[in-house]
Amino acid sequence: MWTDQLVSAKQLSRADIDAVLDHAAEIDENPAAFADRHTDKLLALLFYEPSTRTRLSFETAMKRLGGDVIDMGSIEASSVKKGETLADTVRVIEGYADGIVLRHPSQGSATMAAEYVDVPLVNAGDGAGQHPTQTLLDLYTIRKNVGFDDLTVGIMGDLKYGRTVHSLANALTQVDASQHFISPDSLKLPRRVRYDLHEAGANVKEHTELDKILPSLDVLYVTRIQRERFPDESEYRAVAGQYQIDAELLEAAKDDLIVMHPLPRVDEISADVDATDFANYFEQAHNGIPVRMALLDMMLDNE
Amino acid sequence: MSDHELRVSKIKSGTVIDHIPGGQALNVLAILGIDGSTGEAVSVGMNVPSDRLGRKDIVKVESRELSQDEVDVISLIAPMASINIIRDYEVQRKHRVERPDSVEGVLECPNPSCITNEREPVNTRFTVLDDAVRCDYCETIVRDNIAAHISDD
Repeated sequence: MWTDQLVSAKQLSRADIDAVLDHAAEIDENPAAFADRHTDKLLALLFYEPSTRTRLSFETAMKRLGGDVIDMGSIEASSVKKGETLADTVRVIEGYADGIVLRHPSQGSATMAAEYVDVPLVNAGDGAGQHPTQTLLDLYTIRKNVGFDDLTVGIMGDLKYGRTVHSLANALTQVDASQHFISPDSLKLPRRVRYDLHEAGANVKEHTELDKILPSLDVLYVTRIQRERFPDESEYRAVAGQYQIDAELLEAAKDDLIVMHPLPRVDEISADVDATDFANYFEQAHNGIPVRMALLDMMLDNE
Repeated sequence: MSDHELRVSKIKSGTVIDHIPGGQALNVLAILGIDGSTGEAVSVGMNVPSDRLGRKDIVKVESRELSQDEVDVISLIAPMASINIIRDYEVQRKHRVERPDSVEGVLECPNPSCITNEREPVNTRFTVLDDAVRCDYCETIVRDNIAAHISDD
């Protein structure tokens, strides 16, 4: 059951999504009412990759529930450096904490770790695999601003390696959204995600350019095109410029379009978008707190 | 006995794997870990005319009956194969392979970023799809040349 261990957005049914988002809304309304929910609980943060928002928002969420966190610190200062396996690490930490949040560079790491522990475990990103809690906060942001009815979402940028995209695409099938994927050919969705979308009967279209599809979108979800993925700098430059948006380009969009981004951004969203009503990415990041509070509250309660 | 069967000699006891797609016999031998060094007598027919497959391969292995795990993996590259158990030159049992729901510990994941390729105590596990297999950990789908991913262990 997902309330034990959340490793993939594919675990989430529509009812699960609604339950987490409803609870997040309740917390958002009156966070003080939840301040003593888990005063005796400890959450372990195991981050094998750099992270700012996800790590700090889990820490904030747990502390706002009255609990505390333990943190293994940098990889260099941990037993990982001595060669300890992930399987051993999570089995040890299971004895210390009431729940584990794991970020790891290898795909499938959370799935494997979940096989070794009984405490609640949350996948906070496994390589280019999944990032289900990002998806929950993305969905919360979408529901709050434009709703799920008759929803058309454009997802643009690095669709091949972007784990937030993979999770979101899976979850959007639960709300029957039309999904438009915009990317250079070299960064199209991986076969495994296309397979899932096909199996789910999703309404999906792929594009290499944004302009024609932009006017029909309710949500434009932008991700960073990762320079380091390209073998040749000139190839990167050729595609990167096409996937930048600015305020002028957004004049063609619906008035109530929201622009989202999991952050960090580099230059794919121009700073002049920040001042427009389209910009939603900072609110989206803030939504990580009530959503992760809701998720932790449900998982730790279920323990 | 048909002309096709005469192309390779009868065996006294062991297993005949028939209706292997043409060109896959060496991969079947790889699945069975047969490289000639273990002393088993093996006969191989390749690209034999076949009504059902057009061209088929046949592998006959003396003095060996296959495990279910071996048959499961063979089914991934030879879904039409039949397994004939031979005792005293007679076919004792004949059955078609059936594709399993999943295979564990027999394929390597081609995704270098998959946790199963790290130094972790985890067996590979693949779900068998209609025309492919899918890693249960990183979810990579392998459709082409599945035999190339058979584990050396």
